[in-house]
Amino acid sequence: MTTADAGRETGTFKVKRGLADMLRGGVIMDVVDAQQAKIAEDAGAVSVMALERVPADIRREGGVARMSDPALIEGIQQAVTIPVMAKARIGHFAEAQVLQALGVDYVDESEVLTPADEAYHIDKWAFTVPFVCGATNLGEALRRLSEGAAMIRSKGEAGTGNIVEAVRHLRSIVGDIRRLTQADSAELYGWAKELRAPIGLVQEIAETGSLPVPLFCAGGIATPADASLVMQLGAEAVFVGSGIFKSEDPARRARAIVEATTHFADAEYVAKVSRGLGEAMRGEELSELGERLADRGW
Amino acid sequence: MVEEPAATVGVLALQGDVLEHEAALREVGAAVRRVRRPSDLAGIEGLVLPGGESTTLSKLLDSSGLFAPIAEAVAEGLPTFGTCAGLILLAAKVEDGRPDQRSFAALDCTVRRNGYGPQRFSFEGVAEPVDALLGAETGPLPAVFIRAPLVTEVWGDAEVLAREGQDGGGAPVVLRQRQVLGATFHPELTSDRRVHRLFMDMVRAAAGRSPGAR
Repeated sequence: MTTADAGRETGTFKVKRGLADMLRGGVIMDVVDAQQAKIAEDAGAVSVMALERVPADIRREGGVARMSDPALIEGIQQAVTIPVMAKARIGHFAEAQVLQALGVDYVDESEVLTPADEAYHIDKWAFTVPFVCGATNLGEALRRLSEGAAMIRSKGEAGTGNIVEAVRHLRSIVGDIRRLTQADSAELYGWAKELRAPIGLVQEIAETGSLPVPLFCAGGIATPADASLVMQLGAEAVFVGSGIFKSEDPARRARAIVEATTHFADAEYVAKVSRGLGEAMRGEELSELGERLADRGW
Repeated sequence: MVEEPAATVGVLALQGDVLEHEAALREVGAAVRRVRRPSDLAGIEGLVLPGGESTTLSKLLDSSGLFAPIAEAVAEGLPTFGTCAGLILLAAKVEDGRPDQRSFAALDCTVRRNGYGPQRFSFEGVAEPVDALLGAETGPLPAVFIRAPLVTEVWGDAEVLAREGQDGGGAPVVLRQRQVLGATFHPELTSDRRVHRLFMDMVRAAAGRSPGAR
């Protein structure tokens, strides 16, 4: 939704996507309260993501995971100067409306929370606040874009500290983009059908070789080398959830992941910041998981 | 006639909208180099500080060992252009920043971070040139403001080149002080290249090169 006032037009796609552009090369950290937000900002996070429990706790404790308490979100907004994102449940447009009213800078329509609608994601064009959505493959990413998302993050498997799913999803998205650029114009219609995505977006990507919005990576990043890995695979920034505040020394690990994301291609630098960080989060073997969060959304 | 090699402009590539600046600079005839470590500064004739998060950039400038050499180069007259967060890094005074936030203090102005409010108040608007350097007669510049800083005070040697709004009655949005240029909005996100052209003119003049094709 765009509104114009005194020659100022808010909520345009350029403005929504623009903030995602400004976050490139940075780290967005999950936080549950103002104190964690402060630690994240001190470490050099480009943004913080407010949620009621980090994914590892949601996974362990079960129950319905919802949008954070507005008082906690406001506390976080007051504690930091960097952009504050917050999660809404898939399809829960009323939570998203509340988050917009609170003045959060980005809404994450997230599979980490318990979905509110089994059929429809939020119509994100109806909002002034921009949205980020998760995707496990290119088709899912394009469906979210067609609904108005201004940033895509590969989903990975949140709360596991295991990078394997993030790598799978990122490789799938980046690989299919590469294959699209090789397809001829007739084949693109087949691709659109296979991806279950609008032909216009498929043609645009075949032409440009990239998504029309930044592609970030989430779900399982726990070490500086994990961040370097996904940046080298084509992510433009990283989301870190449980990986920081479930580790032994969150402040130090957060700083190291920030530096490794910036200097991702410089292995000596990544080695330097990886030394002596204490224990990483313990993490989970994927075969031992019950429900996969990444399967939520479609 | 032998063509002069393109001037090399560095783009600080720690975080932010580096790609858009690189594309804009190439369009106006620059050779571009990403700056991530001190050795990348050798031989550049201009430097761009992109949009991003100024607190993050400030920390990464320190940890990468870039703060001191860039401060020195800017003080010695290296043409430098900052947009949004880049402008905050150049401003003499920052309001609502973090106490540990670093600045090159090369533009005599005060900026308030997120001076227009949170993201829902980010907007597309215009910047009206008020100085011939940006072509006052060629009409307003399209301007994308994203959680933009607000210039609240300008003094000393800083000149205002453009102001926000059709009538040019709004806050200063493009400032210049000798070899330093700053914009509170993102000219790299639009296709109007007047601000980047002006910067390249500054780069070529400082290097004693002939003015480029405009």
